[in-house]
Amino acid sequence: MRPDYLVLRSLVKVFGTGENTFTAVDNVNVEVQEGELVTLLGPSGCGKTTTLRMISGFEIPTSGEIFIDGEDVSTTPPNQRPTTMVFQNYALFPHLTVFENIAYGLKIRRDSKENIRKTAEKIMLLVGLEGLAERSPAQLSGGQQQRVSLARSLVMEPKVLLLDEPLSNLDAKLRVSTRLEIRKLQQRVGITSVYVTHDQEEAMTLSDRVVIMHQGKIMQIGTPQAIYAKPANRFVADFIGKANFLEGRIGSLASRNEIVLDIMGQKFQVLVQPDSFSEGARVLLVVRPESVNLEPKKPDTLTGTVQEAVYLGSQMVYEVDVAKNIITVEVANPQEHLVFKAGEEVTISFQGKSLHILPYEEAH
Amino acid sequence: MTGSNRKRQEIIGNLRLLWKEPLLLVSIIAIFYFLMIFVLFPLFMVFKTSLIVDKQFDLSNYLAIFSKKYYFQPFINSMILGVLAATAGTILGFVFAYAITRTPLPFKRFFRMTATFPIISPPFVIALAAILLFGRAGSLTPYISRIIGEYSIYGLGGLVLVETIAYGPIAFLVLYGVLQAIDPALEEAAMDLGASRARVFATVTLPLAVPGIASAWLLVFIESMADFGNPMVLSGNFRVLSVQAFLQITGMYDLSRGSTLAILLLVPTITAFFIQKYWVARKSYVTVTGQPTGATIKRLEWYIKLPTYAACILFTGIVFLFYGMLIWGSFQTLWGVDATLTLHNYVEMFQVGKDYIIDSLALSTLATPITGILGMFIAFLVIRKKFIGRATMEFVSMLTFAVPGTVVGIGYILAFNQRSALFPFVLTGTAWIITTLLIFRNMPVGIRSGIAALQQIDPSIEEASTDLGASSNKTFRKITLPMIAPAFFSGLAFSFVKAMTAISAIIFVVSGRWNLITVAILGFVDNSQYAQAAAMSLLLIVIVLIALSIIQILVGRIGKGARTVSIVN
Ligand SMILES: Nc1ncnc2c1ncn2[C@@H]1O[C@H](COP(=O)(O)OP(=O)(O)OP(=O)(O)O)[C@@H](O)[C@H]1O
Ligand SMILES: [Mg+2]
Repeated sequence: MRPDYLVLRSLVKVFGTGENTFTAVDNVNVEVQEGELVTLLGPSGCGKTTTLRMISGFEIPTSGEIFIDGEDVSTTPPNQRPTTMVFQNYALFPHLTVFENIAYGLKIRRDSKENIRKTAEKIMLLVGLEGLAERSPAQLSGGQQQRVSLARSLVMEPKVLLLDEPLSNLDAKLRVSTRLEIRKLQQRVGITSVYVTHDQEEAMTLSDRVVIMHQGKIMQIGTPQAIYAKPANRFVADFIGKANFLEGRIGSLASRNEIVLDIMGQKFQVLVQPDSFSEGARVLLVVRPESVNLEPKKPDTLTGTVQEAVYLGSQMVYEVDVAKNIITVEVANPQEHLVFKAGEEVTISFQGKSLHILPYEEAH
Repeated sequence: MTGSNRKRQEIIGNLRLLWKEPLLLVSIIAIFYFLMIFVLFPLFMVFKTSLIVDKQFDLSNYLAIFSKKYYFQPFINSMILGVLAATAGTILGFVFAYAITRTPLPFKRFFRMTATFPIISPPFVIALAAILLFGRAGSLTPYISRIIGEYSIYGLGGLVLVETIAYGPIAFLVLYGVLQAIDPALEEAAMDLGASRARVFATVTLPLAVPGIASAWLLVFIESMADFGNPMVLSGNFRVLSVQAFLQITGMYDLSRGSTLAILLLVPTITAFFIQKYWVARKSYVTVTGQPTGATIKRLEWYIKLPTYAACILFTGIVFLFYGMLIWGSFQTLWGVDATLTLHNYVEMFQVGKDYIIDSLALSTLATPITGILGMFIAFLVIRKKFIGRATMEFVSMLTFAVPGTVVGIGYILAFNQRSALFPFVLTGTAWIITTLLIFRNMPVGIRSGIAALQQIDPSIEEASTDLGASSNKTFRKITLPMIAPAFFSGLAFSFVKAMTAISAIIFVVSGRWNLITVAILGFVDNSQYAQAAAMSLLLIVIVLIALSIIQILVGRIGKGARTVSIVN
């Protein structure tokens, strides 16, 4: 298992010429391990597709290099790269049958007829297309078309499989079941994959690691857990899940790895990485809504006024005004908790370990 | 309820609806009557006349087909011409369309405009330019003779050249639409799976374009087989059906033979039309929507760039050469004899041709709005109304499109040179015969663009306007009209161009009193007055361009400038 099976080094893509240039991908560095599935996640227009198309060879990087399995493929034309792509709209050849679509690449590679038939049949069984070999793509449902597209790419046994929002044309239910199938298939075949999506749930459930992109730059790379629990900056915290932001100040250092935080006059003792903060620094605190506790108002605590209380069955969602900061609170299992009404005064609290501390940055 | 019962109920329901809108009913009946008189009746007369020899029913014309050189040779010649021109034109059109949709060719707009220019000019001016360039006293003839020896531009070779230039642009437009509609992701997918550029072309691009190629081929085949102007000028001893039919009727006064030749011309063109419309169109994988699709391909190999770019430059060069030659020729004192530059030709053209020019302008201006409104109205009926015979109405009104002008022209003189039970007026020799012919011959284009425009308007758009408080009158003015206006005006533009440049059918119905500019040009060519012919052709081209600009401006005003007039749909 080489840890640097696919390497993107300082990738830059600038579109346009002269005055009118636009940097779609800005100094992207990623290393993908063999057999790993990495998603590129980010808002629309952040450069995900462009990055993927540079890996597949359809866009030529303005600068930077791409290595696959140790080999520099930066200048290799797309038809000679060991990658295959699952297109967003599937791009199935409408004049060929399902079988011919799947066999297309093998034929180009001049496999023997017998071998083509065997391999194609095996892959069709694998993705659940048995019996549909002679259909034309127009006679398939969206989900089936998606599977043909996947099979057509997988059958080539590429070193890297690329998928550009492969589920975006499916309806919500099918999207959930298909993404599980894709994940199982990917793990069974053990194929190194780069998956583009702007759906964070999809990214979280599918990936070994997630690359968060914003305006062409990488914001953070990490496992889904790490990205959710320890976002690297305000953008990531905001983009992944719901987050409350609070301003704070490092009051004093209790020891090398324990600090006292000052949040709106209240003190919190928090364990941190040794020597990561200096006394008096301004910081930004990230608290997830489910980590906040509500109690009836008590003296000498952080207090606020409930502005809105919404009952959602499985949980209660509150918006609490704490000195003009709106804090969202989610309480699971409302039956087992006190329920507050709008206008009530409450005390909010959280445990030190559910606080994530970032260097201070302005909201954007 | 049984199926047939339900059907009957539906018909009765529709009839009741019609009954409630008497104006609509009257218009539908009137349109059917006009279509019968001005489309079907002339065709019927041609057929009938071909079966009558010496006032007796006689099959001898048809029995003689295979024995007589009269019929058989022109038939074969026309077919050969059609096949060769269609093949050359389609190849040319494909290369051009490929270059424009799939390569980073610079100056695409320029290439596109030049390549489509022959469509708005009268087709036979290309034959005229060919004579000026390659004829007996042609400018390039000495150089070419030195290379290939003695040759004659008159005959099959010259005709194929000229028809290819004249109608290749039609193939280009069809294939441009088709190639543009093929999703580039398909080609990328193929390449992604390991196919080289050549392989992608052979296994994806070409197969997907095949129905389009067939369409383009059939259209050029129809046009060049039915063409009259170019072969009239350039066919020499190579006899083709359209010219032979004309000569039989105006030269030998043999209506029966002329009609038989016309029928022989009709059979292959109409067959090709039906193959194109009902078979090829159905096999298509791509729907041409006019929506351009994404990226063009980067990293193009030189072996693709070089030949395609060369072909584009060569063809645009030829177009410039031919039309440039017309300008050059129009200033020569006496073509081939005295090359002193002079304006005399223009003076003479105006003296001799003034009446022709006025007639052409007057009759085209009269026919154009009628064509446009009638076309739009029929489109409206066909798309938005339900009535018995709706499909028949669409079919018959499109029919004239597939019928060669020669056949229509012969039909008109046969049908309207006497009163008949159906139509109690004699039209021969009047302005009306020319006008009606122009109207009914050019109407299919108006109908087609009207249908396209109306189909695009989702009824919910109109509903949305009403929903927001607009009266239905206001909705029509503010929403529907601006949306169909561009199609309406491009229909108008097209029928005006067609009316001004028509020759094949018109030449049968002109008279001493009413004559047209195209016929005058042909007359000049007949007298070997090439310089005057060139001058008058240029004038015609200028008139057409001016008219197109005016319509373009009108569209800009009404259609809010968002869309431009497209001459060909
Ligand atoms: N060929 C091009 N020329 C100019 N700009 C381009 C081109 N292709 C993409 N861009 C721009 O680059 C940016 C990134 O595009 P890209 O397609 O990579 O976004 P994306 O992250 O895939 O977004 P989405 O989620 O909407 O698919 C966008 O702002 C886009 O407008
Ligand atoms: Mg994208």
